[in-house]
Amino acid sequence: MTALLELEDVEARYGPVHVLHGISLAVEEGSIVTVLGPNGAGKTTTLRAISGTVRRAGNIRFGGRSLQRVGPDGAARLGIAHVPEGRGTFSELTVWENLRLGAYTRRGSIQPELERVFSYFPWLSERRRQQAGTLSGGEQQMLALARAFVLRPRLLLLDEPSLGLAPVLVAELFRIIRELNEKEGLTVLVVEQNAHLALQAAGAGYVLEAGHVVLSGSSAELMADDAVRRSYLGY
Amino acid sequence: MVSAATSRLEGLRGGAIDAGTATVVLFLLGAAIFLLVGCLQSTAFAQFTIQGLAVGSVYGSLALALVLIYRATHVINFAQGELALLTTYIAWELMQHGLSYWEAFAATLAIAFALGTALQVTVIRPVQHRSVIAVVIVTVGLFILIDGIVDWIWGSTFKFMDSPFGTASFDVGGVQIQHLYVGMLVVVFVSVLLVWALFRFTKLGLGMRAAALRPSAAALVGVRVESMLAIGWGLAAVLGAVAGLMAEPSQLFLTPSLMQPILVYAFAAAVLGGLESPAGALIGGLLIGVTLTLIAGYQPHIGSFRITPELQTPLAFAVILLILLVKPSGLFGRREVRRV
Repeated sequence: MTALLELEDVEARYGPVHVLHGISLAVEEGSIVTVLGPNGAGKTTTLRAISGTVRRAGNIRFGGRSLQRVGPDGAARLGIAHVPEGRGTFSELTVWENLRLGAYTRRGSIQPELERVFSYFPWLSERRRQQAGTLSGGEQQMLALARAFVLRPRLLLLDEPSLGLAPVLVAELFRIIRELNEKEGLTVLVVEQNAHLALQAAGAGYVLEAGHVVLSGSSAELMADDAVRRSYLGY
Repeated sequence: MVSAATSRLEGLRGGAIDAGTATVVLFLLGAAIFLLVGCLQSTAFAQFTIQGLAVGSVYGSLALALVLIYRATHVINFAQGELALLTTYIAWELMQHGLSYWEAFAATLAIAFALGTALQVTVIRPVQHRSVIAVVIVTVGLFILIDGIVDWIWGSTFKFMDSPFGTASFDVGGVQIQHLYVGMLVVVFVSVLLVWALFRFTKLGLGMRAAALRPSAAALVGVRVESMLAIGWGLAAVLGAVAGLMAEPSQLFLTPSLMQPILVYAFAAAVLGGLESPAGALIGGLLIGVTLTLIAGYQPHIGSFRITPELQTPLAFAVILLILLVKPSGLFGRREVRRV
């Protein structure tokens, strides 16, 4: 079985700063995969390399197709929804406008997609006229997830969804991510500081350090690994 | 779950009227009452006011073009006025080749759109990501270039266009209202409404707003940011073309310097309205237009110092300076609501 997303020897740099030194990873269709690692390991850059928001070298294949010459808007058109750090919601626009933008690349009516999204986030429906910037941090993160989901993506890239959220909201967020994965078959690649939650939700994971993959395996293997337990799980 | 009640409260607070908004509303209300009372008291005042609103709508239209580009690229397009001048000459040229006024009008708007788009793609895009200053210098260069081209092709002699609205006037209770001024107001407001509706109600408009607000986030949802910016330049050029075409009949003839004072008034209008606010640009344009027309009409004096029409342009600069010093966000500049 070939993976939906494959990275092979991917390198990326910001100007003179080399961030990724040959990352290889694979994400199977219908799975949740997590990327762990300390700050500055290149987790965010890995997602940015996939969605084409950073210059990169090496092979990135999505659904058997090379992403080498694909920019961020092209990636969205291929079905990659990237929720960046800081959520990427438009605080000046309304909730509805944000959702509409999520489905920007879809033609015709998006009503069915909206109905589906509202079934997971019922409160969004009542607040569709509200300016997104007036939502709480947790609500904005939910909106970002909802907006990504309206695209009906083949792959969802999530960057630190738990950042700045209260623990109860983080748990709620991951519950919805798992639900979308189980019920809708959504494939997710999630970068997360909260390794405990991420490994519980994910089937497999990669550990990045200084731009290299230092460890990979199923979530069970990673949770059993002494180094991972000490560095990321804290016991 | 998410605390819905708290956010609703905060949503309300965001919509509540603060002191700044109240001051602006009072100011506009005061201005409206002043004009209304004046118009009822004196027919001359009423005629000046209507003329002022008409020329003000032209300033507003050009100011709106400046605001569109400012919102998208955070740069003032100094060439906006000269671009409008060029398109007005193109309209004149088309009429020389037998097109009627409104045929030439429609064709000119289409040409303006193509021209604005092409300029963004060819000269703005390459320097866009360098720095704001680079883009500003390019627009200043365009100002000089277009000015030269107009002079080179058409020379500096006066050109005349037939007024599309004739020279007749309505008589409303003794007040003579020229068809021209009504026509100018209608044309500008219809154009502005169409552009507003495009931004507000269409998917393309939403994409353009998203691209202007946060280009990187817009790209991630599949918006072609560069194309949106090019279309934005095209639309700005169209609004400028409307301004140029409507300015010409009120100035009676076409010369290469037609748009230069108007660009200054448009700057003043845009700054007065708050550079980020389309509605502000329009209201700013009307305020500037009425104020300057009334001053030119009555030539008020302080002692022996008389404010003559020659002082209109310095007055516009004074408005820019005053607003930048006292309230840099202008009348309608919004403080951004953002929570991290």
